[in-house]
Amino acid sequence: MTSELIDFTLVSVALLGIGIYGLAVKRNFIRMLFAVEIIINAANLNIVAFGRFLPHSGGQTMALFSIAIAAAEVAVGLSLIIVAYRMYQNVDIADFRSLKG
Amino acid sequence: MADAVFLALTVITIGSAIAALEMRSLIYGSIALMGTLGGIAGFFFLLDAPFVALFQIAVYVGSIAVLILFTVMLVKRELIFKKIEDKRRKFAGIGLMLIIMVSLGAVFLDSGIKTITTDEPAPNFRDIGIDFVTYYWPALILMGLILAGSVTGSLVLARREDVENDQRAN
Repeated sequence: MTSELIDFTLVSVALLGIGIYGLAVKRNFIRMLFAVEIIINAANLNIVAFGRFLPHSGGQTMALFSIAIAAAEVAVGLSLIIVAYRMYQNVDIADFRSLKG
Repeated sequence: MADAVFLALTVITIGSAIAALEMRSLIYGSIALMGTLGGIAGFFFLLDAPFVALFQIAVYVGSIAVLILFTVMLVKRELIFKKIEDKRRKFAGIGLMLIIMVSLGAVFLDSGIKTITTDEPAPNFRDIGIDFVTYYWPALILMGLILAGSVTGSLVLARREDVENDQRAN
């Protein structure tokens, strides 16, 4: 293995930046979910990279937990998209203002 | 050799992450997201974590990306191709992204992470299995319950109240 820990960390920083850009700019619910997925994957990459270089098996175990919880999050997020789309016939989050308390 | 693979994976992952957010069509966007998730799986292989990489391919590329693709297909056609964003917000977003990348990157480059190297063998899947059934067993059970709860919750959420059961049968 010739790549260093810092290389993986920088890739995950770049992915985090792209994800935050998506969350800040996009108003489409589905694209915001894409951005969240990208951020979660950046975090997973970081966890596994640190776990490899320490080295400790906890990194991979945590990444597996994280992937499983992300799957649950996507299932709930997609069903929320379907419900909101059924109510408003749109995926623009600016239309979902009535969810505000 | 490994560096070339690393560079190729970096280009695929970051390029398809940008494409996932910027492509006009949501369907192509979700296919590009598959590229990002697959690229991350490649990084896991480089990090000597084949078990996590295969888990990533099975769960993310195999199920989550396909689930997203099917949800996109449920949305009206003109909404799939419509881009909703304003220019000023976009420039502010790009500025925010650059600030985060530069500042976090500078912090990491300046820290001691650069000097961390290892010659020890990577933890194998046997260690992960032992971790799961010994130290993390309560968390494993909790995770199973959360997964079951979220799947049930999403089924209840997506259920249509206005359709009667006899209509469903038809």
